[in-house]
Amino acid sequence: MATKLQEALSKGQFVVTGEAGPPKGVNVGRSLEEVEPLKELLLAYNVTDNQASVMRVSSLVMSVKLIEHGLEPIFQITARDRNRLAIQSEILSAYVMGIRNVLCLTGDHSTLGDHPEAKPVFDLDSVSILQAVQSLKEGTDLAGEKLDGVPTDIFQGAVVAPGADPLEPQLIKFDKKVQVGARFFQTQGVFSLEEWERFYEHAHRAKVPILLGIILLKSGAMARFMNKNVAGINVPQALIDRLDKTDKADRPKVSVEIAAELIRKIRSMCQGVHIMALGWDKYIPALLEQSGL
Amino acid sequence: MIVAERKPISKIVEMVAAYEKVLLVGCGTCVAVCLAGGEKEVQILAQELRLKARSDGRKQTFDEVTLTRQCDKEYLELIATRVKDYDALLSTACGAGVQFLAERYDSVRVLPALDTRFIGVALGAGEWQQRCIACADCVLDQTGGICPKTMCAKGLVNGPCGGTNHGKCEVNPETDCAWTLIYNRLKKLDRLDLMRGVAPLKRFKPSVHPARFHHMAYKRFDETD
Ligand code: SF4
Ligand code: SF4
Repeated sequence: MATKLQEALSKGQFVVTGEAGPPKGVNVGRSLEEVEPLKELLLAYNVTDNQASVMRVSSLVMSVKLIEHGLEPIFQITARDRNRLAIQSEILSAYVMGIRNVLCLTGDHSTLGDHPEAKPVFDLDSVSILQAVQSLKEGTDLAGEKLDGVPTDIFQGAVVAPGADPLEPQLIKFDKKVQVGARFFQTQGVFSLEEWERFYEHAHRAKVPILLGIILLKSGAMARFMNKNVAGINVPQALIDRLDKTDKADRPKVSVEIAAELIRKIRSMCQGVHIMALGWDKYIPALLEQSGL
Repeated sequence: MIVAERKPISKIVEMVAAYEKVLLVGCGTCVAVCLAGGEKEVQILAQELRLKARSDGRKQTFDEVTLTRQCDKEYLELIATRVKDYDALLSTACGAGVQFLAERYDSVRVLPALDTRFIGVALGAGEWQQRCIACADCVLDQTGGICPKTMCAKGLVNGPCGGTNHGKCEVNPETDCAWTLIYNRLKKLDRLDLMRGVAPLKRFKPSVHPARFHHMAYKRFDETD
């Protein structure tokens, strides 16, 4: 059976996805409370896999919790913490638990997180995880062994960074992901039409739905920090100035305006948006309204 | 070559503190080139240990010898008559050399003075960089002669991760992103097609350790098939 995400994308409906981060600790209830109010607005939620290499409740269990609460998860799986046995096993296990949307990523390096001495695995990578999913869907594992019960209806996706510098290697990898079966993409946060156009000119040829990544900018300082430290993020100076000129109290409003303007400009060149609110989930309703969604 | 780095002197002092007569055994090959364990470094280390023993009030002697290599049996033989005079051998070879020495002289304590770092090249005077993790399944033909398993912090074989940032690596902004280097090299060689192909899954079986390799020419006739 197709997921809501898959169905909407196949019908050409514009989709909006968000994020649900598992807790560090067992307080799953709080994480659910944060996303529950957005139930009517967001189609599905990315559930992160030890995001930023910080140890948390697993993406699998948190995804199951979302399902129990009537929400649709996009189960993220990275190559950082598991080898190919564990990754395939986890994908099958997720399937058994009713999870169908799977987002395949390489994952941040373990030295960047809260257990910097941990062994980074990277037996596979985003491309080979996608290969694993495709193979499982076709009834065999990566070793070519036959499965007893085939997860034919997994809906697998991947990510891409339109603002990567240099861009061409990123596009080459994007093409590889399409080639090995990625059915949808979500992007890193984008902040200008020009950046999107440069990327989309190439990417649209793949004929795979792409969800524009939207990050809510909390301040000029945050934008400057991200420009300097976060890969693939390029916030134009004009936006930083606009935020700098804004009083703290008005910043959420301006931040939402900035994001909504961009969504309106790019809307015809993407098949949906993926919102990374970074704790500002409460502004998502306003954002969607102003974006005309 | 193999690049190694001397352990901090405090660690070495602690290791040898219990032994009265210590023979420092240097190695004249890789670790001599990387200024960690050759004849000169053995001299300096012995001198430091003597001073430390004196200031700590320990009665210890530190003698020195440097072998051409510690990873070859014939050189290890050269100290066969001397070893019995010592309580411990302090080797400044790489980890492989230390083990070979310990195997040959298994009735005396053999201690490592170095931390073995990597297989690498000399970037300039006194500076070395890792270039190969000895994966036993070399893919350099596919990547323009730049090793993705070593030079990429994640050992990725299918192109850059999302952390690549203006040519630098997410793990360390001082380090080049291997995949930007590979991309630039392949572009220069007009072989970007190599980057477009989906890479075969990495194979870890060839590098299962401890690995062993027996040159064909030296295998006994009845062992070959
Ligand atoms: S692929 Fe890299 S690690 Fe493997 S043998 Fe070649 S250079 Fe060494
Ligand atoms: S930034 Fe480049 S070198 Fe660093 S892990 Fe990613 S692909 Fe590898």
